[in-house]
Amino acid sequence: MNKTVNQKAWFFVIPVFVLVAFNAIIPLMTVVNYAFQETFGNNVFMWEGTRWFKQIMLSERFHASLGRQFLFTFIILFIQIPLGIAIALTMPKEGIGVPVCLVLMSMPLLIPWNVVGAMWNIFALPDIGFLGHSLNALGFDYNFTQQIGDAWFTTILMDVWHWTSLVVLLSYAGLRSIQPAYYQAAEIDGASRWAIFTKIELPKMKKVLTIAILLRFMDSFMIYTEPFVLTGGGPGNATAFLSIDLVKMALGQFDLGPAAAMSLIYFFIVLLVCWVFYTLMMRNEEKS
Amino acid sequence: MSLELKNVEKKIGLDTHIYSTNLKLEKNTINILLGSTLAGKTTLMQIMAGLDKPTSGEIWFNNENVTGMKVQKRNVSMVYQQFINYPNFTVYDNIASPLKITGVSSDETKQRVGKVAELLKLSGMLNKKPNELSGGQQQRTALARALVKDSDLILLDEPLANLDFKLREELREELPKLFENRDCIVVYATTEPSEALLLGGNTATLQEGKIIQYGKTLDTYNKPNSLVSAQVFSDPPMNIAKIKKLGDQCSFLQNDIQWKTKLNIKDGEYKVGIRPHNITTYKEGNNTLEIKGKVLISEISGSESLIHFTNGNLNWVSLSNGIFQKNVGDEMNLYMNTDEFVYFDQNERLVSNG
Repeated sequence: MNKTVNQKAWFFVIPVFVLVAFNAIIPLMTVVNYAFQETFGNNVFMWEGTRWFKQIMLSERFHASLGRQFLFTFIILFIQIPLGIAIALTMPKEGIGVPVCLVLMSMPLLIPWNVVGAMWNIFALPDIGFLGHSLNALGFDYNFTQQIGDAWFTTILMDVWHWTSLVVLLSYAGLRSIQPAYYQAAEIDGASRWAIFTKIELPKMKKVLTIAILLRFMDSFMIYTEPFVLTGGGPGNATAFLSIDLVKMALGQFDLGPAAAMSLIYFFIVLLVCWVFYTLMMRNEEKS
Repeated sequence: MSLELKNVEKKIGLDTHIYSTNLKLEKNTINILLGSTLAGKTTLMQIMAGLDKPTSGEIWFNNENVTGMKVQKRNVSMVYQQFINYPNFTVYDNIASPLKITGVSSDETKQRVGKVAELLKLSGMLNKKPNELSGGQQQRTALARALVKDSDLILLDEPLANLDFKLREELREELPKLFENRDCIVVYATTEPSEALLLGGNTATLQEGKIIQYGKTLDTYNKPNSLVSAQVFSDPPMNIAKIKKLGDQCSFLQNDIQWKTKLNIKDGEYKVGIRPHNITTYKEGNNTLEIKGKVLISEISGSESLIHFTNGNLNWVSLSNGIFQKNVGDEMNLYMNTDEFVYFDQNERLVSNG
C-alpha cells in the first residue's frame, strides 16, 4: 500500500506542543536554568555547573527532610492501603446504603487542603480543640505544637482522615467489578472467606490498587499545604517535609540555585519511584 | 439418584421469578433448560445448587430434603457463561482446587487432573495462567474444574454463550462425550434450540419463570404441548396462522389455500404452527402445499437461506437448505410440508399432529 506523504499533519500537533511547552517544559527549564547558575537581580546570571547539586546531595538538612518524607509516606501508605481495603470490604453492595456510604466517603476529598489543615489545627489545639482538650482530659500529655511525637501523630491522623477515602473508593470500584459468579464458584468449592480475599478479591483488585498506591505515594510525597497550616513544619524541623523545606529555602532564604537543584532532585526521586513501582507491578501482570 | 423440585417458588420483593415448579430429574441424564434471557433458567439452577433458597417449596436429592442446605455440603459443580477461574492460579491448580479443599491425596489429585485435562485437551497448558489462554481454553479449564470432582449434580449455565462461533461449535460437539459414563445429573441452560437438539436427553421449555413442558428432547420438540413451548423451541420463530377446519378440509383464514387433514377433531377455527424449515423453496415430503410469497428479506447463513416473505396479511419465515439468492420484492413459490404442521386450539394448547 502506498502511503501519501503530507507534512501538513504536523500543524495539528502544534497546539498540543505549545500547551505542553507553557505548562510543563518552560517552567521546568526555568528551574533547570536556576539550578546551574548563581542568580543575581536584573537578569544577571553566573554559571556554577553542578555546584548546587553537590551541595544539596551532601547537605545534612536535605538528608533529614528526605528521611522524614520517606518515613511519612511509608507510614501513611502502610495505614491507608489496608484500612481502605478493609473499609471497602465492609461497605454495603446494594440498597440505600450504597449512595449514603459513597457520599460520606467522598466528603473529606471535597474539602480544600488548607481548610483541612486549619480544621485539624483548631481540632487538635491542646487548650481549646476537641481532640487536644479531650486527650489531655483523659490524662495524655498531648501538645502537637511542642512535642515531636504528637506533631507526627496529628499529621498522620489528619492525612489518614483526608485521604483514606480515595483508597476506599478505588478499592470499592475494584470489588464491585468482580462478577458474582466468582463468589458462587468459590462457595461451591467451599473456599474460606480468607481464601476468597486472597485468591479472588486481591488479584482482581491488583490494577486498581496499583493506581491507588501510586496516587497516594505521589500525593503524600509532595504534601505541603496541610502540614504547613497544621504545624508549619514544627516543632523545630520535625515535620518539615521535602516541599516545606524547599519553600523555606527558595522563598524564605531566597537561595534560588540550591532550591532549584533540590526541586530537580525531588522531581527525579518521585519519577524514579513511580517508574520502578509501576514497571514491577506491570511486569508481574504480564507474567500472570 | 434423583433431584426433585416440589412446588418451588421464588419471589424477590413483589416480582415472581419462578412460579410454582415441580420437576424430577433422574440419574445419568442430561436435562436442558431452554428459554430466552430472563426466563428464569439461572435462578432455577441456583435453587437446584443451593446457592439460592426458594421462597417456598422443597428440593429433594436422593430422597433427602436438601432445601436450605449450604452449597458446600452438596456435591455440586457449576460452569458459568463467564469464564470463572482463579486468576493467579495455574490451569493445574485451578482444576485441582476443588480436590485440594476436600483433602484428596496429591497422587490421586495429579492422576485425576491429568485425566480430565486430557479429556478437555488442556494437557499442554497446565502451567499457564488463565489470562494467557484463549476464551475457549479458559472455559475448558472451568469445565475441567466442574468435572474433576465427581459431583452428583453438574450445572452448566449457558457455558458456550461467550465463545465465538467456531469455538462454540467445537466445544458443543465434545460436550455430550464429556458427560458419558458419569454417575450424575447434568443440567444445562441454553437459549438455543439447536443446542438442546444436539445434546439430546430431556428438555424443559421455560418462559417467564414457568416450566411450560418437560420431557424427552425430541418429544418436546415434535409434540409441543402448547404454542408457547413450540415458540421457545423454534429458532427462527415458528410461523403461526389461523385456520378453519371443515370435514377433512383445512384452509387458512387469510387466503384460499386448502389442504386435506387426517385430524380427528371438531370442525372450527384453529391455529397452525409451521416451523421455518418446513417452508422451503423446493418440495419436501409427500404432502406439500404451494404458497405464493413476496420476498421481504433474504439472508444467507452458512449453507442455509432464510427468506422472509408476505402472503395475505401475514409475514412468513422460510428456511431452506442450499443457497437461494432472492431480491426484495421478488414473487416466488414456496412449499409447505403439511405433514409437519402443528395444530393448536383457540387456547393455544396442542390438539394433535396432522
